[in-house]
Amino acid sequence: MDAQTNNIVRFENVSKAFGDLVVLDDLNLSVAQNENIVIIGPSGSGKTTILRTLMTLEKPDSGKIIVNGQYLWHREVNGELRPANERHLRKVRGDIGMVFQHFYLFPHMNVLRNVTEAPIHVLGQSRKAAEESARQLLDMVGLSTKLDAFPSQLSGGQKQRVAIARALAMRPKVMLFDEVTSALDPELVGEVLSVMRQLATEFDMAMLIVTHEMGFAREVGDRVLFFDKGRIIESGKPNDLFDNPQRERTQQFLSAILQH
Amino acid sequence: MEQSALFDWNFALEILPQLLEGLWVTIQATFFGFIISMAIGLFFALARRSENLLISAPIGAIVEFIKSTPLLVQLFIFFYILPRYGFRVPAFQLGVFAIGLHFSTYTSEVYRAGINAVPRGQWEAARALNFTAFQKWTRIILPQALPPMIPALGNYLIAMFKETAQLSAITVVELMLSARIIGTSEFRFVEPITLAGILYFAVSYPSSLFIQQLENRFGRAN
Repeated sequence: MDAQTNNIVRFENVSKAFGDLVVLDDLNLSVAQNENIVIIGPSGSGKTTILRTLMTLEKPDSGKIIVNGQYLWHREVNGELRPANERHLRKVRGDIGMVFQHFYLFPHMNVLRNVTEAPIHVLGQSRKAAEESARQLLDMVGLSTKLDAFPSQLSGGQKQRVAIARALAMRPKVMLFDEVTSALDPELVGEVLSVMRQLATEFDMAMLIVTHEMGFAREVGDRVLFFDKGRIIESGKPNDLFDNPQRERTQQFLSAILQH
Repeated sequence: MEQSALFDWNFALEILPQLLEGLWVTIQATFFGFIISMAIGLFFALARRSENLLISAPIGAIVEFIKSTPLLVQLFIFFYILPRYGFRVPAFQLGVFAIGLHFSTYTSEVYRAGINAVPRGQWEAARALNFTAFQKWTRIILPQALPPMIPALGNYLIAMFKETAQLSAITVVELMLSARIIGTSEFRFVEPITLAGILYFAVSYPSSLFIQQLENRFGRAN
């Protein structure tokens, strides 16, 4: 946590480009504890890269990211900032969990083991304790009858709910959701969103949600960011941003989205 | 001079035990050689993936060199040249190591293909769940990469079984050299060489049928 504020994550002047394509352009963003931030914007606007730099899947070109009071990509040595090594990254990224668009469950493990593997081997929990809490989480996402199933036997919506339980089992302070319903058949979107609604209200953690589900964004977001070409174009409370967007770019995007 | 039959069955039966002894040496050489090739091959595959060029470049050069020179040359280097520098190891052990090293360049390619076939998302999920590098390999990546490799590795096992005949060039008395020894001492080559061929076939053909079964089960790695 920041000393003065209760921010759990802060981006300071973070930039990232892939070749000529700028995906993060001097990004500044603070996330408060327990805050639910929804990020919307056109494809290729860099929304996902915000999450990926925070999960340490992409390295920013410049700027700093602070997680729970610690630099993520830097470590302080004698008052100087040096690039983080893998050990430092592991320490800081322990506060962050992520759910991916394409689930990425471990296909060689059953559902229960998908959820217990990291708590046992990364957090050092006993098998008994890890299975106990995994059963609770899987019960919460409505999959208590699928503990022994393998990912290949599950529907997309079920896979994604397992993936959510797997990330929750690590007790993150910040959860990242990267277009988690985009790969699902339309009739399976609802079951995943209803689990996420529950997380948004009942869990003590911040959520950063990249999504195209505008109704959901309005419902669970404490704050909505409209992101385009690597920059936050506009941000605000959901009702303000959706009903009364100030910037032309936001208006164009929302009217294009709401037309279909 | 006595007119000999084209194929003397009594003679064949007489030399069979000696050839079976040779076959046993061949099987042992294949077994140990294969274990060595799997271990060194894994090391080569992982080292070539290293982001550190000081590791990946020299290992890559060594692998390409071994793969691009005949096994026989390597056997002679180990057998005739290394002892000059005080490196004395019995012929069997040398041969097993040399053939294992030679085939490790092929198994490393199988590993490489198998590892590359694991989707990128699996690496990202492993990172997001904060596994250590070692846990990532042993718990997430290799358990997915290895089963599809089994048929390809099995085919190299059979290839290696046949290639052990080359160990005869460095005095390892395996099946081929056993047959040649009988041939030169009895002045009859038809029976020992024919039998040796039959024995090679008797082991490798059922093995390749078995590998085909595995391919049906696990699919192909390449």
